[in-house]
Amino acid sequence: MQSLSNRAKQVEKKPFTLAERAYLPAIFQGLSITMRHFFMKKATIRYPEETRPFSPVFRGLHVLKRDEAGRERCTACGLCAVACPAEAITMVAGERKKGEENLYREEKYAISYEINMLRCIFCGLCEEACPKAAVYLQADKMAPPRYERDEFIYGKDRLVEPVSPDARSKRGIQLTDEQAVKLRAQLA
Amino acid sequence: MAKITFDGIEVEVPDGTTILNAARKIGGGVVPPAMCYYTPLKGSGGKCRACLVKVSAGSAKDPRPMPKLVASCVTPVQDGMVVENTTNPQVLDVRKGIVEMLLINHPLDCPVCDQAGECDLQNFAFEHGVSTTRYEEERRTFDKIDIGPLIQLHMTRCILCYRCVYTANQITDNRVHGVLGRGDAAEIGTYIENVIDNDFSGNVIDVCPVGALTDKTFRFKSRVWFTKPVNAHRNCSHEKCNGHVTLWYKGADVLRVTARKDEYGEVKEWICNECRFDKKETSDWTIEGPAQIERSSVISANHYELPVINPQVIADMPESVVRELEQNPPLKLGGFNG
Repeated sequence: MQSLSNRAKQVEKKPFTLAERAYLPAIFQGLSITMRHFFMKKATIRYPEETRPFSPVFRGLHVLKRDEAGRERCTACGLCAVACPAEAITMVAGERKKGEENLYREEKYAISYEINMLRCIFCGLCEEACPKAAVYLQADKMAPPRYERDEFIYGKDRLVEPVSPDARSKRGIQLTDEQAVKLRAQLA
Repeated sequence: MAKITFDGIEVEVPDGTTILNAARKIGGGVVPPAMCYYTPLKGSGGKCRACLVKVSAGSAKDPRPMPKLVASCVTPVQDGMVVENTTNPQVLDVRKGIVEMLLINHPLDCPVCDQAGECDLQNFAFEHGVSTTRYEEERRTFDKIDIGPLIQLHMTRCILCYRCVYTANQITDNRVHGVLGRGDAAEIGTYIENVIDNDFSGNVIDVCPVGALTDKTFRFKSRVWFTKPVNAHRNCSHEKCNGHVTLWYKGADVLRVTARKDEYGEVKEWICNECRFDKKETSDWTIEGPAQIERSSVISANHYELPVINPQVIADMPESVVRELEQNPPLKLGGFNG
């Protein structure tokens, strides 16, 4: 059959030489490569004790910021949700009641605000769209792996910045449930 | 008939037509913006100065240019008039100043405001304004006035276009609503704290170009661009209302009912308060089909789901679309004939 591309190569099978047939030289050659790697610098690191440096423009897990007075900045304007190319953000707005002025910055606030981390592509368009400087993608934190899909839907309990950022949250570590309960008790 | 040249385009209109309406006859990008002029309201216009144009030749008989820019919504055409709008740098420059003037006392609380997304002032500032502000002084504030359970008044957002006042005068039969005070202290109010309870008072929401008068039953329910407009009608028992409306859906819920608007944001037919505020079930309405929204509008952004389509209404839908609809039926709505 004529080749269409004219690039086909005829393969010829040569018989093995004596050294090849002896088999052992190739074994020792292979083992020497393995032995050499015992003494070379390792390509891996001991995560989680050691971490690699993040890129300065890394976009990781979202956070909903508070202002200087500790009030939530988000007013549920919906611009992040409309900017989101993956439609990962949903929210329900509510009206601030009397006496909640120290909790929410504006007349309107987000009763619920959810980001689906499985849908999110971490493009940062929500951060760019936000007129209130409320949503940010943290530079040092990723959405950790989980077993259940619904655990990736982050609600306000996991997105809103804690009122008094402790050392853990400054380093970008999520509060545990007990810690969150304790924090809320402190606030109340 | 008068023949005028608008931005280099010749158009013939009946005598007495305003320059703005002559431009709207041409249509497209040359139409000057209008914040206070409203075709269905007699006497409206001439207040916001958004529609200023340059008349470079007054008429065929007297071809001298008009000394100042004129408000196109109240200036009638004359035969042989030459008008410049988008072609004149002075007009574009002055329009920037008008945006700045209108925004002096505007609170810029668009993230909170329910009008955002369909706000004339937002569109006007976006298209003609500059993105920075030079204003440093305190903005005007007002005591909150409750004007009833259906309509929310945010006086801080008002640009004093008087549209709602004309509506109250012309659509409702007794005047309960007007502008109090003068100059910087002017504000929209209801006389003697009257609660607006006329059957057609809800129309002031539709005519308001900004978020000063908004629907209290829709307050903070959803952003406009997360809702889908669907045209619908019902047999309204009110003799002056024929029940042609636009329903704003989110999922299967009707969040808001408004009158139908044309491409210039003007209401086609007034609707009564019963249609607007009380009929928020799909079963109350006969669905006609999705309302037309400009592609450039934020309302048409991010709607990936299939639109609500009533195949009975659209007679000559392409066969591929019919097949697609059979395979992926759109949102099921009650009152759907078929």
